[in-house]
Amino acid sequence: MIEFLYQFISQNVLSPVATYLFPLQYQPQALYVLQTIVKILSIMVPVLLTVAYFTYAERKVIGFIQARIGPNRVGFFGFSLWGLGQPIADAVKLIVKEIVIPTGSNKTLFIIAPILSLAPSIAAWAVIPFDDTKVLADINAGLLYVLALTSLAVYGVIIAGWASNSKYAFLGAMRSAAQIVAYEIAMGFALVGVLIAAGSLNLGEIVTAQSGSFIHWFWLPLLPLFIVYFISGVAETNRAPFDVAEGESEIVAGFHVEYGGMAFSVFFMAEYANMILIAVLSAIMFCGGWLSPFQGIPGLEDLFSWVPPIFWLLAKTSFFMFLFLWFRATFPRYRYDQIMRLGWKVFIPITIVWLVVISALVVTNTPPWFVA
Amino acid sequence: MIEQVVFYLFASMLLLSASMVVVMKNPIHAALFLVLSFFSSAAIWLLLQAEFLAIALVLVYVGAVMVLFLFVVMMLDINLVTIREGFARYLPVGIIVALLMVTAMGLVVGSNYFMSENYMAVKEVSADHSNTRELGLTLYTEYLYQFEIAGAILLVAIIAAISLSMSKAKLTKSKNPGDQVFVKKKDRLRVIKMQAEKKE
Repeated sequence: MIEFLYQFISQNVLSPVATYLFPLQYQPQALYVLQTIVKILSIMVPVLLTVAYFTYAERKVIGFIQARIGPNRVGFFGFSLWGLGQPIADAVKLIVKEIVIPTGSNKTLFIIAPILSLAPSIAAWAVIPFDDTKVLADINAGLLYVLALTSLAVYGVIIAGWASNSKYAFLGAMRSAAQIVAYEIAMGFALVGVLIAAGSLNLGEIVTAQSGSFIHWFWLPLLPLFIVYFISGVAETNRAPFDVAEGESEIVAGFHVEYGGMAFSVFFMAEYANMILIAVLSAIMFCGGWLSPFQGIPGLEDLFSWVPPIFWLLAKTSFFMFLFLWFRATFPRYRYDQIMRLGWKVFIPITIVWLVVISALVVTNTPPWFVA
Repeated sequence: MIEQVVFYLFASMLLLSASMVVVMKNPIHAALFLVLSFFSSAAIWLLLQAEFLAIALVLVYVGAVMVLFLFVVMMLDINLVTIREGFARYLPVGIIVALLMVTAMGLVVGSNYFMSENYMAVKEVSADHSNTRELGLTLYTEYLYQFEIAGAILLVAIIAAISLSMSKAKLTKSKNPGDQVFVKKKDRLRVIKMQAEKKE
């Protein structure tokens, strides 16, 4: 269906536009650029819509966990529809609010900071494979690219904290910087484990290396790395229980305490976009991406063969997204020195030990995962 | 054609941001321009089909080193007046050093090594050619000893840095979370039964 729609747009909209607007010699390039823009939009628009409704899901899920109802008033056309209109209403409210720029702040950096925190989490979607054919940029070093981009999100936080000219914001930025540097190392080592197991940096090849059955997925041979990766992901996105950068009970709202209106909402969107990104990366690297969980089981495999592969990827991603909400509703906030200890003294040693183990498994061709 | 446009875009961005690093008075701005210059040079490396090096540059320098750099610079209380104080006094020395450096760089850049005819065009490789694999193979076979020695030196440096920071007297009140977990109510809390006292 998606391919058909894309072909339709490409032939009936983009080619005429390219033919009319550009001289003959540049037409192929122009068409290519237009097609790429359509592909980018077809990834970005669903991601941003998911971000909007993820905030709604968070309030609903945490509401139910705490025996509340959550938002249930705003709907469409007079129907309340379980509060489904809430994210739209929030967005409209935030758009029309004034952005207050504090005195003594650095105006340029103050405005750039939210953009810097949202941009990397959306740019990383370029290399995410949704299917064995559907990927925007099928690059060799996809894993490295993702790691590099997720490490950039901290700039938004640091610059926001410094440019706000506020002590609370600055404290939040300092906490975030130290925390992200610590957990990035553990995260990087966990991904090195994936790289050793898959023998490739290309995300599509990492998924195909996991094919076989449910137990061929990397969550089993890389179990400690999987857990370390996901927890580090929670820490990198500054989510509870690692949300000391916001720490509303100690430093009000941390790095974005001075932001209001749309500037705040961009930070808010960046946080949720980062969560979705970590969820989809966990699904791709440890849970077989688009592969069906019934693969290799006689009977069930044929029964579910009609399901499009992208459905499995989205289902796994949704599960990990739910985990983020579950964590937030369950765990109390970590103390700062405990966060540092967990990152440096627990996670990094675990990952280094497991790198040796996984290398041994790969070298000895241990079945069922690593057959020569 | 597009490649040239991209090259000139990023090359000019690199030169501009690199000079801004020197010119900027505010050290935070200088550090942020340094980040931008790392980015532009990574983009130029990508044009040379060195994707591993380009991404590693962003990952290591932009993602980790510069974050710590900013962390430290933001903590410093830098007074611009005291920095500018000695400007006239140090000017002659500065000019001499600058002249020496410009001559040295001119000698290197202007020599035969940097003529464009000494450089081949970038070799065209197929799309599935893995830069990372090639780099790894060379590094772990041909240059194994050098690589191991570099690793050992870095390890020594890490240990030295940690021992330097630990050698000072214990100023921090660090706690052992393991002990904290095992604390029971009776270790900390003592309930005393006593008679009510009358206020005199």
